[in-house]
Amino acid sequence: MSSAVNIPPQFEVVDRPLDTQMTISMGPQHPSTHGVLRLELVLDGEMVVKATPDIGYLHTGMEKLFEYKKYQQGIVITDRMDYLNPLGNNLAYVMAVEKLLELEIPERAQTIRVLTCELQRIASHLVWLGTHALDIGAMTVFFYCFREREKILNLIEAASGGRLTPSYFRIGGLMMDLPAGFERRVQQFQDGFLKSVDEFHTLLTGNRIFQKRTQGVGYISAEDAIDWGLSGPCLRGSGVNLDIRRANPYTGYEKYDFEVPTEADCDVWARYMVRMREMKESHKIVTQALSRLRPGPVKADAPKVVLPDREAMKTHMDALIHHFLIVAEGFDVPAGEVYHPIEASKGELGVYVKSDGGPKPSRVHFRGPSFVNLSALPHMSEGCMVADIVAIIGSLDIVLGEIDR
Amino acid sequence: MTTGANSENNLPENVTIDPTQNSTSSSLATALQRVNAGWITSTNLTFGETTLTVPREHIVSLCSHLKTAPDAQFDFLADICGADRGVEEEPRFEVNYHLFSTTKHHRLRLKVVLTEEDAHVPTVTGVWRTANWHERETFDLFGIIFNGHPDLRRILLPDDWQGHALRKDFPLRGYEPYSLK
Repeated sequence: MSSAVNIPPQFEVVDRPLDTQMTISMGPQHPSTHGVLRLELVLDGEMVVKATPDIGYLHTGMEKLFEYKKYQQGIVITDRMDYLNPLGNNLAYVMAVEKLLELEIPERAQTIRVLTCELQRIASHLVWLGTHALDIGAMTVFFYCFREREKILNLIEAASGGRLTPSYFRIGGLMMDLPAGFERRVQQFQDGFLKSVDEFHTLLTGNRIFQKRTQGVGYISAEDAIDWGLSGPCLRGSGVNLDIRRANPYTGYEKYDFEVPTEADCDVWARYMVRMREMKESHKIVTQALSRLRPGPVKADAPKVVLPDREAMKTHMDALIHHFLIVAEGFDVPAGEVYHPIEASKGELGVYVKSDGGPKPSRVHFRGPSFVNLSALPHMSEGCMVADIVAIIGSLDIVLGEIDR
Repeated sequence: MTTGANSENNLPENVTIDPTQNSTSSSLATALQRVNAGWITSTNLTFGETTLTVPREHIVSLCSHLKTAPDAQFDFLADICGADRGVEEEPRFEVNYHLFSTTKHHRLRLKVVLTEEDAHVPTVTGVWRTANWHERETFDLFGIIFNGHPDLRRILLPDDWQGHALRKDFPLRGYEPYSLK
C-alpha cells in the first residue's frame, strides 16, 4: 500500500529528537508577510536561529519592460511597484528623466508635487500602521487607519482620476491642474487628521501588550543600519538623522519647515514612533504647501516634451504637430545616465536611468527601499521568537511589489 | 500652526543644499589619484553627478578607502546596478556603484566595465554588507559573477531559470513559458 504513494522527500514524516533544529517555511501565503514573501526559518524550539528571505514571487520584469516603452509610458509602470506610495514612484522616475532633459519645473507644479506626495506618505504610513497593528493582534486600529486613508485616496482620485495608480506626474510637470475646490477638501482632511493621530496613539502607544511586543525586538544599531543600507524610518529608528528631503533636497523641499523625527531605541518600537511622528510632520508640510499654492502653469515650457493643452491643439498647427510626434514617436532624451534619489515613505527610492539618446531608455533601475530594508531582516531576527519575526517584518514596512519589481 | 512658513525668508535653519556638486567631486578625484594613480581611469561630470571609472581589480581597495577617508566618508552604499550596453558593444557590461555619505550628504558613482567573456568583478560585501542582495540581483539579471560573494544565488528569478533576463539579447517574453519542473 505504502509503496503506491510517492511522498516527496521534503514531506516525509521523520521522528526528531527534541533538541534538533527544524527548518520551516513561513509564507508565501502567510498573511503577515505582507504579500508573497517567503521566509525559510531555522528554528531551535521557538527561537529563530536563522531567517532567510526568499523573494521573487511577484517578479514581473518591470525593469526589462521599461526598455521597451517610451519614457512617458514608463510612468504607469512605476505606479505598480510600491503600490502604497505610487506618487513617490512617479516623482522619482519623472525627476530622473527631467534631470536628463534639464527641464525647469514651474513653481506651482512643484508645490502640488510636494502636497500630493506628502498626502501619499501619510496614506502609506496609515496602511503600515493598520497592518502592523493587525499583525501584532490589535484589530481596531486597522479600521481607524483605513477610514483616514480613504479620505486621502479620494483626494488623489479627485486630482488624478486614479486611487491606487494615479500616474499624476508627467515628465515636465503634472497631468493636469488640481480640480476646483481641491484646496478646501484638503483643508477638511487636515482639520480632522491630527485628532485621528491622537486616536491611534490612544489605541496603541499606551497599550501594554503592544509595548511588550515591540520594545527591544528587532534591534539594529546605527552602524549596522548604515552598513546594511537601511533608509527612511527604519534608519531614523536607529537614531540616524538622515532624510533625503533634507540631505539632498528636491522639488523645493528646502523651503519647507519640518522636523526629521529620530528615535534612538533601534527596535520595532522606535520605528513605530518615528512613523507616528512623521505623519504629523507630513501634515505640517501639507499645510505649508497649501498656503504656498499660487496660480500658475503646471507644465514646463518644453513643447517637444510636454503634451500641449487641448485648446492650443485646436488653434495652433505646431501644437498639433508636437502632440502627434510626442504620442506617436516619443521624444529623444540626451544620452547620459542619472541616479535620482527621493525620500519615499519607506526610505531612499533611487532611480537610475541610462539613455542612449533615443525615445526609449537603455536601462532603468529602481533602488527600492523595501528591497534593501528586507535584506537586513536576517540580521535583525537572529535569536528572536517566531512571533517577533511578524513584528519585525511589520516594522520594516515592506511592499513586495517594489522588492520583486 | 506653521504660519511662519508662509514667508519666503523664514527658512528652517539646518537646511544643507546638496554639496555633491562639481568643485568637491573633482577635487576628490584628484585626491584619490594622489593616493593611488591606478584607481581611476576616467572622471566624468554630467548632470551634476560624478562618475569615476575604476579598473575592477581596484574596486574593493578603492571602496574601503572611500568608506573611511575623512574627505569622502562614503559609509552608505545606496545601490549597485548592472547595465548592458548592447550585444555588439565592447566592453559590454557595466556595474554602477552608487555611494552616499550619511554625514557629508554627497554622492558618487563608481563604474566598472566588463567584457562578456570575462564578466567577473570582486565583491564589495566585505566593505558594505548591503552589497549582498544588490550583487545577487545583478548576477541574476545580467550574469555578472561577483568573485568572493558569500551567497551568489539567483534572487528574483527561480533557481532553474535559463539565461539572464536583463541582457539585451534576452527576449522580452522569454524563450518559452516558464513552468515549475
